[in-house]
Amino acid sequence: MPGLIEVIDGKIGNSIQDTGRLGYRHMGITVSGCLDSVLARCANALVGNPPECACIEIRVLGPTLQVRRGRVRVALAGDISATLQRADVRPQPIEPWTSITLDAGETLEIGSVKGGAAYLALFGGIDSLLQLGSRSTYQRALFGGIDGRPLMTGNMLPCASQEPREYREHKAEPWSHDEGAIRVMLGPQDGHFKPESVAQFLDSHYQVTSQMDRMGVRLEGIPLVHLTPEAADIVSDGVTPGAIQVPGNGQPIVLLADCQTVGGYPKIATVISADLPRLGQLKPGQSIRFRALSAAEAHQALLAREARWTAWAGGIVSYMPDVTSLYNDLTSNWVAPDW
Amino acid sequence: METSASTVSGAVRLLPLGDAAWTVEFGDSIDAALHARVLGLAGVLEQARKADDTPDFSGIVDVVPTFRSLTVHYNPLVSNGERLGEVLVHLAQSSGSTSRQGRQWRIPVCFDEEFAPDLNDLAEAKGLSRDAVIALMTGATFQVYMIGFMPGFPYMGGLPAVLEMPRLSSPRKAVPARSLAIAGAMCAVYPWESPGGWRLLGRTPVPMFSAAETAAPSLLASGDRVCWQSVERATYLEMEAAAQSGSLNRHSLLLAQGEP
Repeated sequence: MPGLIEVIDGKIGNSIQDTGRLGYRHMGITVSGCLDSVLARCANALVGNPPECACIEIRVLGPTLQVRRGRVRVALAGDISATLQRADVRPQPIEPWTSITLDAGETLEIGSVKGGAAYLALFGGIDSLLQLGSRSTYQRALFGGIDGRPLMTGNMLPCASQEPREYREHKAEPWSHDEGAIRVMLGPQDGHFKPESVAQFLDSHYQVTSQMDRMGVRLEGIPLVHLTPEAADIVSDGVTPGAIQVPGNGQPIVLLADCQTVGGYPKIATVISADLPRLGQLKPGQSIRFRALSAAEAHQALLAREARWTAWAGGIVSYMPDVTSLYNDLTSNWVAPDW
Repeated sequence: METSASTVSGAVRLLPLGDAAWTVEFGDSIDAALHARVLGLAGVLEQARKADDTPDFSGIVDVVPTFRSLTVHYNPLVSNGERLGEVLVHLAQSSGSTSRQGRQWRIPVCFDEEFAPDLNDLAEAKGLSRDAVIALMTGATFQVYMIGFMPGFPYMGGLPAVLEMPRLSSPRKAVPARSLAIAGAMCAVYPWESPGGWRLLGRTPVPMFSAAETAAPSLLASGDRVCWQSVERATYLEMEAAAQSGSLNRHSLLLAQGEP
């Protein structure tokens, strides 16, 4: 029987996402998808899912979920924890980077995210409405998710698969992103800026402001100077997640998964594919730097990240869950029922 | 420091948009002839992709025509970016021009102050009266060059040159849905509430995008022509209510059908 999960408390900013809605950008339709695609892939791998399965993206405070039907294997990836409520047992802390199987009636209360995003994967993926090839929520146009909106209290989440056949769970070491400067390729409109401003863009630190959503994040630093005031406007051309556009005020805006398909501010540089998931972990107040790479170096960085991910996934181990602690809890309840 | 490796080849420039997209640029202005070249390359690329399923082509995930350029998004783990760029420049040099006569629309707009927060500033900057700006907007015919930025957002040329103004230096956090807006030489309507830096001159009661119209969710398409019709607030509210209840007939706004 496929599992069914009820959202007991949707909290704020949690949404169903997958690898995104590709192939429709010429109609103005945003790609969307997980901000940190690598962490989402980790969560899916921990429950045995392929990468394209829809999962829950958690941005601030995770939702509280209850299994209504069937048994559901789940896993968290990211800097986050949760609490499991089982009937007649004390609340049990749940760590990320390990799968756990929930029975009908059990409640998972997910805590707050320390980074910018964490992911909860469900065995088989969430079987919500597939729109234009994706289940990703795009709230502005009410695409995907449940009725196009972030998770809301009372939502029912059907699982795409039958319940897991085996009892072994899976765990792995936490994934850690590359550190240091965010790597970019200059262009396509770096020529719209004074050369010293391009140098300054690569030399100075930028603060992540609180003006941030799934569409983009505004940075704050020494203002960048366009070649001429007119160079701050271009006839709109194609943009993509990771593109860094700079409007007339000189403060960069880094575009993210829900970004528009075209834009009219010059783009001084574009974050490389290997570092796009790191943008999903930005938090207001954080200080960041950029470093320019050639196309060949950008490609090497992507291959290196993929190799590192494959090695990480190879380190997933399966184990029989330890039921001793569960018995201890039950026993202590029996020995001292009023404890 | 690396510089962006743009390739100049005749009038065609190949610009990197990161390591997963190329922008093939034919020029930097809004010009019907330029746009026809963009659509020409888009057509040739579509044919080439049908005839050739090698990884460089099969890794292409999105092809986005704009006023003056074609952006080709690809999966860098499937396509070889360098080779794909060379192929695109080659195709762009031999692809011709395409144009299509689209439908003609008359779309109501209310220019009341509540809906037009930038109309007074624009009039003042240009030394015109509010009414003169409205007369210029309703007297012109706008051409739809592309749908982009967000679902159903029509980028239009045809703005009278005297009304051209740059975008706001700091974009608004929330532009109301269905706002009529201008930026530079362009005109558009925001289909959804969204952040945006265009100057807001009015609002239409007509939805630009409707998922219920499954065959054509976007009201407008590349090649269409649009005239704005000034309406009073009462008419605006009436039509807005009709649109919300689903009783507004899109076809009542059509002046002429386009070529198929």
